[in-house]
Amino acid sequence: MSLVVENLSCARGGIPVLERVCFALNPGEVLVLRGPNGAGKTTLLRTVAGLQPPLAGTVEAEPESVAYAAHADGLKATLTVAENLEFWAGIFGTSGIDAALTAFDLEALVDRHAQNLSAGQKRRLGLARLLVTGRPVWALDEPTVSLDVASVGLFGAALKGHLAQGGSALIATHIDLGVEARVLDVTEFRATPEAGGGAFDEAFA
Amino acid sequence: MIRLFLRDLKLAIRSGGGFGLGLAFFLIVTVLVPFGVGPESGRLAAIAPGILWLGALLACLLSLDRIFALDYEDGSLDLLATAPIPLEGVAAVKAAAHWVTTGLPLTLAAPALGVLLNLPGPAYGWLVVSLAVGTPALSVIGAFGAALTVGLKRGGLLLSLLVLPLYVPTLIFGAETVRRGAEGLDVTTPLLLMAGITLGAVALLPFAAAQALRINLR
Repeated sequence: MSLVVENLSCARGGIPVLERVCFALNPGEVLVLRGPNGAGKTTLLRTVAGLQPPLAGTVEAEPESVAYAAHADGLKATLTVAENLEFWAGIFGTSGIDAALTAFDLEALVDRHAQNLSAGQKRRLGLARLLVTGRPVWALDEPTVSLDVASVGLFGAALKGHLAQGGSALIATHIDLGVEARVLDVTEFRATPEAGGGAFDEAFA
Repeated sequence: MIRLFLRDLKLAIRSGGGFGLGLAFFLIVTVLVPFGVGPESGRLAAIAPGILWLGALLACLLSLDRIFALDYEDGSLDLLATAPIPLEGVAAVKAAAHWVTTGLPLTLAAPALGVLLNLPGPAYGWLVVSLAVGTPALSVIGAFGAALTVGLKRGGLLLSLLVLPLYVPTLIFGAETVRRGAEGLDVTTPLLLMAGITLGAVALLPFAAAQALRINLR
């Protein structure tokens, strides 16, 4: 159930940003991605989630084991909190959204339309979606944006619960989540410009 | 996949969902044409099949860019692409939902609007049949076009340019079916050709749309 990334090179918009990334993520572990803006954290997460093919190298994971969450929460403004969550539970073939609602303190908001939620409440709903996917590997891009201290605490608790069940997480974040985590600085893997020759064609191949 | 279908229907019906947009456009076209062409009933009856089909086609076109663009903007498409259902299924289901919210209402409303254009009596049945057979092709072809242009800001113009040539065969055979129906001739040939286009599009284009989505999501 572990995620193994070997010699991975990935590109954004046809330009290689990272190369020869290697790491392994075992059940119960958290790997935090660090690096300045534009270093390639999002690109790495999208590649691991299978949204874009790698330029080179491999991502080895159980099929359909990665749950991806990015800046956009994938919420529909005219659906209520419960309807949004039930939709994703249905798509991922799980049932029961109560645990996810409780974990992110959303019970009082179940019948509210997503358009009337605050930014932090939307984020909490987006993170609650991770719990209903039932997937063991979380690939998260800045999960704590617009969360207050209490909500970051809720997220930390949900993450601990996920790890305790044998899950793992790959998180691009700059704040301390209150869990023990290894740090991977992606700047060490920054692609050299010379390596970019021919990458433009590969991206469209 | 049923969930996705029901969600799309629910979103279309709720406020701001765009349900009724195509229907309202169809109504406007058919109401305004007699004013533009003149009230002479013989002339209206002659152009009615073409106008009704053209109105339905343009009404369909109006809501195409919503098929994937909204899900792309709020991040749902990324999440659907990583979900356990295949993207081919997503494309097929979203095209089906588009047909139920635009093609089906247009088909049902067309006879009432045919009266405004003095459509000859025997043609009403063939109008409904031809729209029922032809509009699924419009939705599936449109979903393919929407998938090709999904990452583009204001991709509506490009989408129209891409999709309109692909709509031409359906328009020709659809209007021809109604015209022959109005004149009491045999409609088998155009109707079967149109059914062939629809079946081919439904069978092949979800795969092409899914591939286009994969490339646009990179």
